[in-house]
Amino acid sequence: MTEAYIFDAVRTPRGKGKKDGSLHQATPVWLLRTLLQALAQRNQLDTSLVDDLVLGCVTPVGEQGADIARTAILDAGWAQSVSGVTLSRFCASGLEAINQAAQRIGSGMEDMIVAGGVESMSRWPMGSDGGAWVMDPRINSGTAFVPQGVSADLIATLEGFSRHDLDAYASDSHRRAALAQAEGRFAKSIVPVKDINGMLMLDRDETVRPGTSPESLAKLMPSFEMMGTMGFDATALDKYTTIEKVVHTHHAGNSSGIVDGAALILLGSKEAGIKAGLKPRAKVRMCSVIGSEPTIMLTGPTPACRKALNKLGMTPGDIDLWEINEAFATVPMKTARDLGVSLDRVNVNGGAIAMGHPLGATGAIILGTALDELERSGKSTALATLCIGAGMGIATIIERV
Amino acid sequence: MTQSQAFTFDIDANGIGLVTIDMPGRAMNVLNPTLIEPFAGLVQQLETDEQLKGLVITSGKPTFIVGADIDQLTQITTADEAFKLCEDLKGLLRRMEKSGKPVVAAINGTALGGGLELALACHARIVLDDPKAKLGLPEVKLGLLPGGGGTQRVPRLIGIQKAMDLITQGKELSPAKAREMGLVTDLAANRDELLAKARAWCAANPKPAAPWDTKGFRIPGGDSKSPAVVQVLAIAPSMANAKAHGNYPALTHIMSCLFEGCLLDFDAASQVESRYFAACVVSQTSKNMINTLWHQLNAIKKGQSRPKGFAEGQVRRVGILGAGMMGAGIAYVSAKVGIDVVLLDTTIENAEKGKAYSQGLLDKAVARGRSTPDKRDALLARIRPTTSYADLEGCDLVIEAVFEDRQIKAECTRQAEAVIPATAVYASNTSTLPITGLAKASVRPTQFIGLHFFSPVDKMPLVEIIVGQDTSDETLARGFDYVLQIGKTPIVVNDKRGFYTSRVFTTYIMEGMAMLGEGIHPRSIEVAGLKAGMPMPPLALQDEVSLSLSLHIAEQTRRDLEAEGITLPVHPGFAVVQKVGGELGRIGKKASQGFYDYTGKDKSLWPGLLEVYPPKPVQPSQQELVDRLLFAQANEAARCFEENVVRSVADTNIGSIFGWGFAPHQGGALQFINAMGAQRFVERARELAAAYGPRFAPAAIVVRMAQEGGRFEDPAS
Repeated sequence: MTEAYIFDAVRTPRGKGKKDGSLHQATPVWLLRTLLQALAQRNQLDTSLVDDLVLGCVTPVGEQGADIARTAILDAGWAQSVSGVTLSRFCASGLEAINQAAQRIGSGMEDMIVAGGVESMSRWPMGSDGGAWVMDPRINSGTAFVPQGVSADLIATLEGFSRHDLDAYASDSHRRAALAQAEGRFAKSIVPVKDINGMLMLDRDETVRPGTSPESLAKLMPSFEMMGTMGFDATALDKYTTIEKVVHTHHAGNSSGIVDGAALILLGSKEAGIKAGLKPRAKVRMCSVIGSEPTIMLTGPTPACRKALNKLGMTPGDIDLWEINEAFATVPMKTARDLGVSLDRVNVNGGAIAMGHPLGATGAIILGTALDELERSGKSTALATLCIGAGMGIATIIERV
Repeated sequence: MTQSQAFTFDIDANGIGLVTIDMPGRAMNVLNPTLIEPFAGLVQQLETDEQLKGLVITSGKPTFIVGADIDQLTQITTADEAFKLCEDLKGLLRRMEKSGKPVVAAINGTALGGGLELALACHARIVLDDPKAKLGLPEVKLGLLPGGGGTQRVPRLIGIQKAMDLITQGKELSPAKAREMGLVTDLAANRDELLAKARAWCAANPKPAAPWDTKGFRIPGGDSKSPAVVQVLAIAPSMANAKAHGNYPALTHIMSCLFEGCLLDFDAASQVESRYFAACVVSQTSKNMINTLWHQLNAIKKGQSRPKGFAEGQVRRVGILGAGMMGAGIAYVSAKVGIDVVLLDTTIENAEKGKAYSQGLLDKAVARGRSTPDKRDALLARIRPTTSYADLEGCDLVIEAVFEDRQIKAECTRQAEAVIPATAVYASNTSTLPITGLAKASVRPTQFIGLHFFSPVDKMPLVEIIVGQDTSDETLARGFDYVLQIGKTPIVVNDKRGFYTSRVFTTYIMEGMAMLGEGIHPRSIEVAGLKAGMPMPPLALQDEVSLSLSLHIAEQTRRDLEAEGITLPVHPGFAVVQKVGGELGRIGKKASQGFYDYTGKDKSLWPGLLEVYPPKPVQPSQQELVDRLLFAQANEAARCFEENVVRSVADTNIGSIFGWGFAPHQGGALQFINAMGAQRFVERARELAAAYGPRFAPAAIVVRMAQEGGRFEDPAS
């Protein structure tokens, strides 16, 4: 099998996903155009060497619809021979794009692929694409659908994580992100977003609040209690029969932020890299996806990680650095607990609670963050994993070269 | 000109045809071939006869049309047939709707199910404003859905969310409420005005089209894509299943009709509805529910279990001994139907307090607009509190509802019989003491019977009639008639320990407690109870009954049996009652602590249970628990039937659902076995017996059915 190497990783900063967010006025294609142009420029890349752009996008409607990947290639002025495809694996779409790219390169059928994702959540809100899982009563009922927040609260209840535990985790995410920002740890990857005139729109993740503490978070009201008591809790409790109620502990402050952003990673075979004059930074060692119980929904990372590690004959202890997406505070906490991993090695530069989770892009963002941190700290192996809607998990293991 | 037996048809000078549906040999109109076939001719005439300018459809009976003919529906065996039946009717209604001529439903009374759907296919609905008339789509109550276009026309008239509430809950609306919701065009004060308004509508709208056949039509509140509707759709299944626990496929099918249908144009949507209707018709759930809650319930109400040959009795004056909770309730339900009540207790305060119970219920009804002060006062005037047995003079029925003590009861019997007419029936409301024994105190044991009411009497629909050894057929017939007179459902039970309902109901609670003793997580037990379709989980129910009462009854039973030289095997659940109710003193809800802790209106499982009965590391599947809870009951019900404790299949099934809430979607305790098939039941029961004890060994009658074929059914009357 051909090995797939990572040559570069770029991302936009993440802008608050509301109408007063700094990237709200940037179209999603504009975010991609910004990154594609930066990628070509900083690597002196002959874009015609790239086979395809594989792009995760969870809400592919409106300006994100009609295959935004191909649209972006054309808009960015890349060679028209570069094709583009859009995919959705919900919150893991960005990492899924990378995994598919690595596998296609690994197959030897293609040589160089750009993979990543985009989501302008302020312009195309979560859920605007509908979906039978939620809307269609036959499916909704058959799968015992509950919203993710209720699933997160269910996990916390079963794991015995208190509101304070979760808030302490969330505060740490902000503290770590603020430190990383202060030390410029994201500088290698972040491409500032400028408008059509070249005026700066945003050059840093804008939702980090350095002063966040469990005390300041304690004031926030649980976000999923009302919908839970309206009926979703009952659905969860019909399946999880050892608890009498779902304790609603997640809120806006210990859940991932709604933001706008995009990220791209340039992958290729060793030969393709040589041909393009690129220096490999890491190789993709393994990737995995799994399906898990859909009502609790967010417990997929553990089995996904185990699957990838087992294939390599590795154990969690062999991984230097973990990126476990902070969809909700409970997810990295539970995953780390399951795998026996110390939180000291998890999301060391903060995560989606502090910086936000632009759905289609996040997988690519956290893999890029892990790569930057491996290089900064001189470590070797990283694993990125995300929980996924409808009960799935994904993992990717990379190793520096 | 179209004429038929099912309706009369007269065209007035303006060319408007008045269709008066009055089906022969029926108290109410239903949609069946007798009506639909000539109706088809009518629609054709509407389409082709230029002289005919429109139609007004009304009924010659006090009600409009009360639905489809369920008897006809149960003849259907395949989805194809059900689909075709649906499509044929709807095709006709659709042609009427698209005829280009006005058709107005002049709804003179209750219009339900298919009857309302026919009216919805008319261009306007004028309704006689009678608060007692009901408009609704109750199909879901028999595991069906409105297959005559109801799931499509209703959301297009009033919006998806309101339609969902109406149809999934099978709500019945007063004409005024239906108008407020937008289902009805106008109300009329009397029949003349009803027809006049209908005709006027025709004259004013010579070329009407349904809103959904009009360009630019939008569903009120949005179609299934609109964000507000999506929010409703996302949580609707959870809200429905919070109670239904996935046991009622018709509920999701209704939601599917609304969701899928409201993405499509009317005609495609209407066919989608037919597909889901057919799925409901052939579902085991609807077969179970129709079998029991329609056919068997009707058979009971028609007197299947009533001895023949006795004139229908009517109680004019009832004496009630004991004005406690039960006596007070019986007084209320009796007075409600116009019976004079003598409510007797040892002190006048107690007797007055019993009457005050009716006052309380009625005040609430008046406050909610469900009754009037006049009606309340009239009802209360019929209840006469007293302490004097002499006041029982002239009672044609006496119901004793005093403490469960043989001596006290015997004294009541003697005192009452000294006063009441020689022809009067004497009934005891005992739930535990054998009637034959109590009748020993009577000078007229042939006129002695058990009438076992359930608490709260005003809400519970069942009365278990207990026939003692000496009880005559005539006495039974009179007891039966009284139960029907007060609007309740009678089942007839022979005089054996525990009678029927208490005996089988106990197996449900006991099985739950046995599970706890085995180390099954208490909440898993409770969830299994609800998933089985029971209204309350076993441990919570035991708390309601109280563990102390169960201990008391068990002790009494043990002593009684000992006297008879019988020892029965002890149920493993009993050790749990002894431990929790006895040793730990947690006697139940009345003490605010039992299996649950009670604070105010809230309750939560007592955390200490997990220490007393630590959950096993490997827990069984929920289905295993559900099976145990249902098999325990079904098997005991079969034994009751086999031992002739219950006399008919209908009584056994209805008694199980109305008496203690046995899973209605299973159609009752014996229908559960029918639906599964005797052979599968026996196999599974034997598995359960091997795993959990001989109490699961299948009843001999079912084993015989498994070998020889057959099922639980009453002989056709």
